[in-house]
Amino acid sequence: MGAAIRVEHLSKRFGRLEVLRDVSCAVAEGEVVCIIGPSGSGKSTLLRCMNGLEEASSGQVFVHGVAVHDRATDLDTVRREIGMVFQRFNLFPHKTVLENITLAPGLLRGLTAAEARERAEALLAKVGVLEKRDAWPNQLSGGQQQRVAIARALAMQPKIMLFDEPTSSLDPEMVGEVLAVMQALAEEGMTMAVVTHEMGFARRVADRVLFLDEGRLLESGTPAEVFAQPRHERTRQFLSRVL
Amino acid sequence: MDAEILWFGWFRADIIQEYAELFWTGLRMTVGVTVVCILQGTLLGLVIGLARLADARHAVAKTACRVLLRWPATVYVSFFRGTPLFVQILLMHFAVVPLFLNPADGWLISGDLARDLRQDYGALITGIVSLTLNSAAYISEIFRAGIQSIDRGQMEAARSLGLSHARAMYHVVLPQAFRRMLPPLGNNAIALLKDSSLVSAVGLAELAYAARTVAGAYSRYWEPYLTISVMYWLLTLGLAWGVRHLEARYGRGDSR
Repeated sequence: MGAAIRVEHLSKRFGRLEVLRDVSCAVAEGEVVCIIGPSGSGKSTLLRCMNGLEEASSGQVFVHGVAVHDRATDLDTVRREIGMVFQRFNLFPHKTVLENITLAPGLLRGLTAAEARERAEALLAKVGVLEKRDAWPNQLSGGQQQRVAIARALAMQPKIMLFDEPTSSLDPEMVGEVLAVMQALAEEGMTMAVVTHEMGFARRVADRVLFLDEGRLLESGTPAEVFAQPRHERTRQFLSRVL
Repeated sequence: MDAEILWFGWFRADIIQEYAELFWTGLRMTVGVTVVCILQGTLLGLVIGLARLADARHAVAKTACRVLLRWPATVYVSFFRGTPLFVQILLMHFAVVPLFLNPADGWLISGDLARDLRQDYGALITGIVSLTLNSAAYISEIFRAGIQSIDRGQMEAARSLGLSHARAMYHVVLPQAFRRMLPPLGNNAIALLKDSSLVSAVGLAELAYAARTVAGAYSRYWEPYLTISVMYWLLTLGLAWGVRHLEARYGRGDSR
């Protein structure tokens, strides 16, 4: 079994701005990789290139061997196997919590309404917001919304989960509940790539930590290696500011 | 001057009574044309609005979208919003319709059928086609603005689940956009209802035409025109009420 995600010489430019410069890395099957770095370092762009939400300027991303940035690739099929959780939750405000979760499996996995509902309720119980199943998203707290968003992604039974700063727009007291759900997921063996500013989470849960700075991948190692013995001065400066 | 005021006080309701049938026919025509044109204009407007937003991932398809969809749609909208509806109706009636329906060599229909159609339904065809085309231009802009007002994250979340662009549009973006579009769509429907009176110029027997007929027969103007004014007013009030009702019903869940 190869890597779940393999990024090869990925570069991304927005006009003249180089956001990613020749980044190569991989996420192994069952591995939890945290991507850290200052804002504007290209972390989110790297993550968004992994499921093709962002086009690559050059280079390639392989997900289970399938080239994401190949025009012959059917991105919709690839994305069914990759769940994504966003900083701003992005729940569908015109659908109830339950409808948010059942929409995609009903359309794409051929589940009946009853099966989709059953799966959704099991996931809502798992993330601890089952009692909100019939609520509208705007009636939920940020932490609850993000846990519903995680359940929505999991309902497609993806093999990989991408998290794009999942706690950055949460009130501090709600960060813990979301991180707990993510940690439980990691312990079940889910392959995860997590862009985060939560260094405690990265240290505790990550198998590997990537440090990005100005679009370059500067560090890749276990949390112990990156946090205790960073190889680059930039990493040291960054860690001294956030730890 | 005194005579004029006395004349106004002396509103001859019997004229309206005598022509009640004509007003009633006109009212049904006005409402019918308006409803048909709102429905068709909304469908066509959606297509044109989507065409104006068309884009693709890859270079070749990107260019194709621009040249084959975005440009024609932009020119269409610009023309129908940039020229008077009245002129569009005249152009349609006297130039475009004869091109398609012509006893000699119609592009669509020729011979006796073309002659009969133009004789019996010429004004109706003109009215429905020009009001539909015109309102589609305005409605497409409402759709475009409505779709663009929905947070990009909604489309991204739907796509990240594996939904195609079309499904994401249909299930996620359009239902939300539609709610925001209700007020401007309502305004557009009211404008369309009022603008349908312009088609009387080519002889469509709707409300304004009925008033003109009565005015011509009696040389009395207050009675027929005040009557249809009140009828238009009631219709637009009813439409506005309906739109408010829809807004209240579909407004739930919209947090942004």
